[in-house]
Amino acid sequence: MAGAAPGGASRSEIYRGNGPRLMLPIWVFIGIFLVMPVVMMAVHSFLTKEFRGGVIWEFTFAAYDQFFFDRGLFGDEPPKIEWTYIGIFWRSIWQAGLATVFSLLIGFPTAWFIATRKPNVRPGWLFLITIPYWVNLLIRTVSMKFLIRDTGPLNEFLLWSGVISEPLSLVNTNFAVQLGLFYSYLPFMVLPVYAAVERYDFSLSEAAADLYSDNWTTLRLVILPVVKPGIVAGCILVFVPSLGAFLAPDLLGGAKTFMIGSLIEEQFKGAAGNWPFGAAAAMILLAIVLGVLLLHAHAQTRVER
Amino acid sequence: MNRTDIAIDIDRVVNRYDSVTALHDVSMDIREGEFFTLLGPSGCGKTTLLRCIAGFEDVTEGAIRLRGEDIAPLPPHKRPVNTVFQQYALFPHMTVLENVCFGLRRRGWTEMDAEGRAREVLDLVRLGDFAKRRPTQLSGGQQQRVALARSLAPNPEVLLLDEPLSALDLKLRQAVRVELKQIQRETGIAFVFVTHDQEEALTMSDRIAVMSEGYVQQIGTPRDIYEAPQNRFVADFIGETNLLDVEVSAVSGGMPDLTLPGGMALRCPAADSARAGRGHLSVRPERISVAAAAEDTLPATVVDHVYLGTDIHLHAKLSDGEPILVRIQNAESSAIPATGSMLGLRIEAGAARLLVD
Repeated sequence: MAGAAPGGASRSEIYRGNGPRLMLPIWVFIGIFLVMPVVMMAVHSFLTKEFRGGVIWEFTFAAYDQFFFDRGLFGDEPPKIEWTYIGIFWRSIWQAGLATVFSLLIGFPTAWFIATRKPNVRPGWLFLITIPYWVNLLIRTVSMKFLIRDTGPLNEFLLWSGVISEPLSLVNTNFAVQLGLFYSYLPFMVLPVYAAVERYDFSLSEAAADLYSDNWTTLRLVILPVVKPGIVAGCILVFVPSLGAFLAPDLLGGAKTFMIGSLIEEQFKGAAGNWPFGAAAAMILLAIVLGVLLLHAHAQTRVER
Repeated sequence: MNRTDIAIDIDRVVNRYDSVTALHDVSMDIREGEFFTLLGPSGCGKTTLLRCIAGFEDVTEGAIRLRGEDIAPLPPHKRPVNTVFQQYALFPHMTVLENVCFGLRRRGWTEMDAEGRAREVLDLVRLGDFAKRRPTQLSGGQQQRVALARSLAPNPEVLLLDEPLSALDLKLRQAVRVELKQIQRETGIAFVFVTHDQEEALTMSDRIAVMSEGYVQQIGTPRDIYEAPQNRFVADFIGETNLLDVEVSAVSGGMPDLTLPGGMALRCPAADSARAGRGHLSVRPERISVAAAAEDTLPATVVDHVYLGTDIHLHAKLSDGEPILVRIQNAESSAIPATGSMLGLRIEAGAARLLVD
C-alpha cells in the first residue's frame, strides 16, 4: 500500500499529529477509574442495604424511594413528599451558587488585574494565587475555623478595636460554610477567567468607547460577552465541587448547614451507613450537575448557531 | 483661529508619556470635507496624534478644537468622532448588523431606526447581503468595510482611520483606495487617515502632513509635498530623489545660485529658509535627462542599469564619486548607455530644489 506508514496510521495522520491512538492510555484510565466507579455506584443505588454497612444483591428502588418519599416509621403509611433530603439538596445548591457568585465578584477583578500586568510579571501573580494549594485543604479549613471561632484572632481583634462588644458566633453558620467554600475554590474561578481576559483584544474596548460606550456599558456589552467562555468555565469549576463539598460544611458548619457532600459521606461511614442510599444521593447529585452542564451546552450552541 | 471651514484645529499639541515625548508642539488644521493624511515612518507620532484626536492618548499641552470646541479634556465616548482601527476591532460576538448598530444604539437611536441606518451604510460599503453574518465569517476586505460602516453609521463629524489598509494584500489595497476616496466624497465627512505608505498618501489625499520624530515636517497637497519638499526628510521620504551636495553662492528672490559637484552652475527654486553656504539639492530621478557630455551638463559615469519594464534605472557616478539615479522612460528610441560610458546629465532648473537640512 503506497503512502501508508507501518502500523496502520496514515502518514498525514502522523505528520499532522492527529494520531487517534495517542488517546488510548487516557481512554483506558478513564474507563477503569471513572466509568467503572460510576457504574458501580449506579448499580449500588438499586441494591438493598445491609445493616452492618454494605449491600445485599437484591434489586430495589428503596434508596430513591427513601430520598423522595416519607412512608412513616414502619413504611406502611401512604407516601408523602420527604422534604429533609430535598431541603439539604436545595440548601447545597443555594450555598454552591452563592460561593460561585462571590468567587466571580472577587475573582474577575483579580483575573483582570493579573491579565493586564506586563507579560513578564503575570506568572509571578499567578504563582501567588496557587500558594494556598501547597497546604492541604483539611489543614486550611481547620485553620479557618480557628481564625473565626469565638475566641479566635478575628473576634479578639474586633473586640480589642471596639467594633463589637461580644464575640460574633461565626462557626457553625452558613456564613462560615460560605467562607470555606469561597476560599477553597476561588482559584478555580481566577485561572480560567484569567486565561480568557489574557486573550481579550483591548482594542475592542477602545472601539466600544469610540462608539459612545462608557466603561460600564463596555463591560456589559463587550467585555463580559467576549470573555464569557472563561467565566462559564470558572463558574462550573467552582459550582460543581462546592455542591459536593463536605470538608467545609463538616468542619465549619453545623447541623443546620448540612450539605449534600456530608450527607453522602455519612452513608459510607461505619455501621450506621446506608450504601444504596448514599449511592442514590450521589446519582441524584450527578443528574443535577449533568443537567446544568447540558443546559449550558444547549444555550451555547443556540448562541453560536 | 475662527475660520468656519476648519473641522479640527490642532493647536500646539504635546504628548508626553513618562520622559518620552511623542508629539512636539504639533499644529495643523483639518478642513471640512477633506481627505487629510498623516504620513510618516513608524514611531513618527502619526498614530499618537490620531489617538489624541480620538481620546485614547492624553494631550499633555495644547488644545484640539473640534469646530471651535476644545475636546482634549473629553473621554473618547463623549467625542463625536469615530475611528476605523488598524485590526478593525469588530465585536466578535455580534453580527455585522449589530456591530454597525452599536454606536447608534449608544447614542439613543431606537432599534428600528438604528437598523434602518445600519442597512443604509452597509449598502454604501456594498455589504448589504452580509448583515446577518459574524465578522469571523468574512474576508479581510469585507471586515475592513464593516469597520468602515460601523464608524460611519453615527455620522461622525470627523472620521479617523488608523492604517486601515495595512492588513490587506496589495491588489485589494489598491482597489479599496479608490473606494475609500469615493465614500469620503459621497459622505462629505472629513477623513484623517494615518499611513506610512507614501503612495497611498499621494493617491488619496487632498492634503498631507508629513511627520517625523514627533514633529510636523511639512503640510501641503500631494503635489506640494512631492515637488516642493521643504527639507531633506520630506524629499527623501516621499518618492525617490537624488540629494546632491552643492555650494550656494547667493540667494536672491528665493532663487539661489548654486554650483554642482562637477562645476555646473544652476539657478533653481529653494525651500523658504534657504541661505548661502553649503546645501543639498534634491533632484527627482525622472527629472534628469541624458545627453552627450557637453559644457552645460553634469558629467557622470554609468555604473549599472536596472530594467523595470516601463522605466530603466541608470545608476551613475558623478565626478566626485557621489552616486546619482536617473530614470529614463522605456521608449523605442531610448538606448541603454553601456556601463562605464561617460554621460552628460541635464537637470531641468524648475525640477530641482534646494533644501534646508
